[in-house]
Amino acid sequence: MGSLGFEVLFKGTNMLRLLEGLGVALKISLVSVLISIVLGIAFGMLVSMKKPAVNAVFNVYLEIVRIMPQMVLLFIVYFGTTKSLGLNLSAEAASIIVFSFWGTAEMTDLVRSAIISIPVIQYESSAALGMSRLQTQAYIIIPQTIRRLIPLSINLITRMIKTTSLVMMIGIVEVLKVGQQIIEANRKSSPNAAFGIFATVFLLYFIACWSISQLSKYLENKWVK
Amino acid sequence: MEEILRVEHLHKKYDDLGVLEDVSLSVHKGEVIAIIGPSGCGKSTFLRCLNGLEDIQDGRVILHDEIINPCDDVKKLQKSREKIGMVFQSYDLFPHKTILQNVTLAPVKVQKRDKAEVEAEAMELLTRVGLESKKSNYPRQLSGGQKQRVAIVRALIMHPEILLLDEITAALDTEMVREVLEVVLSLAKEGRTMIIVTHELQFARAVADRVIFMDGGNIVEEGAPDEFFDHPRTERTRKFLDNERFTVTEQPS
Amino acid sequence: MDISAISQYTPLFVQAFFLTVKIGWIGIALSLGIGIVCAFVMYFKIPVLTVIVRIYVELFRNTPLLVQLFFIYFGLPKLGLTISAEVCGALGLGLLGGSYMAEAIRSALEAVPPSQRESALALGMGKGQLFGLITLPQAVSSSVPAILANVIFLLKETSVFSAISLMDLMFTAKDLIGLYYDTTECLVLLVIFYVIMLLPVSFLGRWVEHKARFAIYGD
Repeated sequence: MGSLGFEVLFKGTNMLRLLEGLGVALKISLVSVLISIVLGIAFGMLVSMKKPAVNAVFNVYLEIVRIMPQMVLLFIVYFGTTKSLGLNLSAEAASIIVFSFWGTAEMTDLVRSAIISIPVIQYESSAALGMSRLQTQAYIIIPQTIRRLIPLSINLITRMIKTTSLVMMIGIVEVLKVGQQIIEANRKSSPNAAFGIFATVFLLYFIACWSISQLSKYLENKWVK
Repeated sequence: MEEILRVEHLHKKYDDLGVLEDVSLSVHKGEVIAIIGPSGCGKSTFLRCLNGLEDIQDGRVILHDEIINPCDDVKKLQKSREKIGMVFQSYDLFPHKTILQNVTLAPVKVQKRDKAEVEAEAMELLTRVGLESKKSNYPRQLSGGQKQRVAIVRALIMHPEILLLDEITAALDTEMVREVLEVVLSLAKEGRTMIIVTHELQFARAVADRVIFMDGGNIVEEGAPDEFFDHPRTERTRKFLDNERFTVTEQPS
Repeated sequence: MDISAISQYTPLFVQAFFLTVKIGWIGIALSLGIGIVCAFVMYFKIPVLTVIVRIYVELFRNTPLLVQLFFIYFGLPKLGLTISAEVCGALGLGLLGGSYMAEAIRSALEAVPPSQRESALALGMGKGQLFGLITLPQAVSSSVPAILANVIFLLKETSVFSAISLMDLMFTAKDLIGLYYDTTECLVLLVIFYVIMLLPVSFLGRWVEHKARFAIYGD
């Protein structure tokens, strides 16, 4: 039996290049998550006020995100805007827009349900203690909401990271693309590189997402239960 | 009267923490025993040991001539559980079954009795507790008191030789307690053998042939109801009864 | 927008639509099978197998489908395991979905309250009856919303099939854009076909979720 193609990793800077590729994916997801959290909290508070018009718009927005694959959204933003708006978006900008669009919807929904899930009695007992509305929000409601939200938003980061694997399809050079380039470049010397490289990419993604999701599980056990 | 159930020197521990220490009891046919005591005294745990829901560390539980706890023979344990009916505080009807199905499930599937015959009996029992019109409803559509009456019927239809009632009114609103206790009283009148763990002292006095006071994992005192409530022999019993009466009278109703 | 282009491309999209739906649903059926088996293994804590199942579930839940497909389609042939793109798509989706379904079903099984188990035991039921008559039926109905959410997720994930040269909706759209530059028309068709594929399932999901909430809390 020949090699499994792992030797390519140790040639030149190949491993480093793969890690840099993963870095690109992580960067895109981190920026998108930050945007999603900020917008999601703002929209979530807006939606939890239960204004019918706001909710109707939000429900349509949520349904779009719920049924449209991110891949399709990426295509629409990346190819569609160039064509119809004459904008020349970079692939990275397009992916950050799409992922934030998706993440904001999710965060808004999370923030809304976190706010709604705080029992009325919490408001009433704060009022009974003589707290003002502002004090109730600051000392009672917001701290509880945040505790519920942090594990959920960390969870969103791992889903973002997994979804960033799609950006290679619009030409961003991230870890999968780097992997393909390495396989291509070593076609002659290591014909089995596809196995070693893709197994490595698989593991890299796993390590990144698994460790983050363990953190989210830990925080959830600590805070929510 | 014939002895049905005997408990000998029962010891129960949770991780080295003793819950029951050397409890013995003999139950005769037709006897109604009420067990009272402060929360955490081990009375519910004791009841659960009687049908093998809890392992015990020492002693034994004997139903007729068979040791049912400790018992490694799963089939034998299942057989004895058919003879010991149990009703829980939280009713625990099966949410995916209708009222009638809740009642008929075990006799048909466990005892392999004829379905038509079981259904006829179920309707008879449901009528007796005033719930025949609810037979096609699901548990979530019933009030707590109604659910608890169904739970009693579900235990009765197995034709148990002894019924264990574990704080069956503790989760109910005051106005529903009565409808459930009335059912239990009528069962006592027809000569059912029962062990009742309860907080309702008045009820215990009315229904029981013998009252047992448990505290700290032990039987502290037992006796006939009037004797027990009017002339408690030990200081601990007296304190407990005073306390309970105080709470009862001071409680706004 | 060019109507003639749309009418010209529609048949190609219809063809791609059926291919996507076919592989999607085969993958989903596979994922349910894998999920049920794995959930049972975890619920009953079967020795050794539980560890294997846990590793599988964690591996596939924490990696993107695209990476899984690349590994199966391009990596495994180097070990002598060559499979067609269609089989690879269904298998990848089945493995990814299996890990999600397993978690959904396992948590539904574990969510059946212990007091249900006790009252079944008190009625003299054996382990088999307890599982078949009490635990499983309750778990099945309570896991339906999560399973449907997974179905929607998996149908959306089919959009990466084009990466292994399956002629699915994405592939067709990309291909036509590359060939004729009718970007708008192709994107509109792409969206329409995904809406046809997913909107009914999404509505079904909401309806079931509403029903499930009713089942727990009543009216």
